[in-house]
Amino acid sequence: MAQALQIVVCAGIVPDPLQTLEPVSGPNGPALKNEMVLPAVLDPWAACALYEAAQLAAKNPGSKLWLVSLGPKAKLQQVMMTVGQKAPFELVAIDGPIGGFPDAHATAAALAEAIAALPGLDRERLLFFGGWESATRGAGVTLQLVGERLGITDQFQGVDQITLRDDGSFEVLERVEGGRHQVSVCAGMPAVLGWATGNLAEPRNNPQIGMANMRGILPALQKAKRVELAANGLSYVSVSLPKQQRETRVEKNMTPDEIARELAAWIGAE
Amino acid sequence: METFFVLTHVDENGSALSKASLEAVTAGMKLARQQSAKLTIGILGATSVEAANAAATTVAATGARLLAVSGKAFAQPRYATDAAACEALCRAAQASIVLAPGSSRFVRVAAGVAHRLGGFIDTHITSLSSNDSVDATRWFYRQRVEATISRETRPWFLLLDAGTHAAFAGEPAAAQVEEVDVTLPATRTTVEGLRSPMRDAQTIRPDARLLFVAGAGWTKKQVDGQTHVAEAGELILSFLRLSGASLGSSKSLADQKAEGLGEEQSVLPFLSHMNQIGQTGSTPRHAKGLSTCCHGEEPHVVGWRFIGERRAISLDPNCGWTRGKADVVYIADAFQVMAKINALLEARSA
Repeated sequence: MAQALQIVVCAGIVPDPLQTLEPVSGPNGPALKNEMVLPAVLDPWAACALYEAAQLAAKNPGSKLWLVSLGPKAKLQQVMMTVGQKAPFELVAIDGPIGGFPDAHATAAALAEAIAALPGLDRERLLFFGGWESATRGAGVTLQLVGERLGITDQFQGVDQITLRDDGSFEVLERVEGGRHQVSVCAGMPAVLGWATGNLAEPRNNPQIGMANMRGILPALQKAKRVELAANGLSYVSVSLPKQQRETRVEKNMTPDEIARELAAWIGAE
Repeated sequence: METFFVLTHVDENGSALSKASLEAVTAGMKLARQQSAKLTIGILGATSVEAANAAATTVAATGARLLAVSGKAFAQPRYATDAAACEALCRAAQASIVLAPGSSRFVRVAAGVAHRLGGFIDTHITSLSSNDSVDATRWFYRQRVEATISRETRPWFLLLDAGTHAAFAGEPAAAQVEEVDVTLPATRTTVEGLRSPMRDAQTIRPDARLLFVAGAGWTKKQVDGQTHVAEAGELILSFLRLSGASLGSSKSLADQKAEGLGEEQSVLPFLSHMNQIGQTGSTPRHAKGLSTCCHGEEPHVVGWRFIGERRAISLDPNCGWTRGKADVVYIADAFQVMAKINALLEARSA
């Protein structure tokens, strides 16, 4: 039996993974060189959460999906041009700093405040989604902190699957050690789900969805509230690129037999 | 003056501390010794006081104060109960710095616990140092940028990555464990157990010495102009069985779906996104790594960050991603080489 869901997805924006990153010192602490001009994408694991949320919403008529994103308005607009064609959602934009170096607690506070203020949100029916880690800070703590601030004590991390049941409960598969899933059944909403990759492929761009989304995205960007993120006592002693460069031996003339013998010996060596 | 608290949990059997927990104990002991500070160890997850005492014997030699929360409700990892138990343990310990393993169990709850205590948390810590202050090192941007951080605010929670410290291995001794009472919260979540997503065998082995990384080249057309996906699968599985290696995959291979079998079926049926390493996958720690048919940045830069010795088999002598990242690159056909390695390993095991 379908049930109308209220799903909030938190997703940040990150530099395109193929970009070369170089840390620099900025006026507010460490940053990435030319960060504002690096091509950006929606955070990969959070994007998985968005696609899963969109599919859940599509399967349950009457559902509502919000995408809450914190970042510089200009970068958000750039990324939303593409993301807006993937799934129907209502954007809630928060104008804030980009990057992985701001404190996660401050980010969580800003996100929780924005979610709590969503008009028409029924917290008792809330499914709160996001990526279990970002590709910037990668701390994996923001969702839990937002969940605590919203008073949600059913939380799941590393989620690959959610299955809704007719009685309002749902089954969740969470990644645990050793390539396994922990299977849990939650009696119902509200709940926090930090998604890993899930099972869905990235949807194709749909211009019709894009057109519909754009009617809400641009006003949302215009009224995005500016936030400053407190450091909360966090300081950076050093920020650097790894310097390890290996001397690579390139073997072009060994036969498969010779390679196999060398590798078998290497594998067996302590 | 800092005070240190190491939050630990029992393993799946419930009678011993997990390996990652013992690694956190080592880190806590080192910091406490450097700062001449008190160390407290808390144990979560035992079904009974007796089980908690049994688990505590392995860390009794630390001389630390030992706290535990036990009971059937805390035996299974679940946010509501684990958060309540960890909160109670932390309040009892009254520590300024809390160390815990970055296990799936604590990753789920530690941030919430830090928030309840008015504290702050940093995760994926790979090393700790202590002079006038405690500094922690971690990676940003998926293992691309390394930073050393510090915090003035307390309590400060630090989740340690597995494999970054040696597991504590003191002589077992009788332990005096203080049981901490917890008001059991309302629970709406039932843990039903563990499920392996693999169809044939478990291919993810975190304790393996070798990580075998398969790239998308295994499914491309070979010199005869045909694909040999079934043969690739047999070679890879045979190698995993004979070598005991853990299987990692590039994103491009994990993303490939078999034609005609529906979207849920990976082109290599034993492969899932759980095997994926790199930007959107894991960054496992193994002593050695062998990559085959990988041609991208993902496995070589991000997925290999914490691999000790690295070798690669590739057809591309100019692959820029292996240069400077691998110790040895063999320019060869992985199908041929892996078949011969399997034969050698088979003969060795016989």
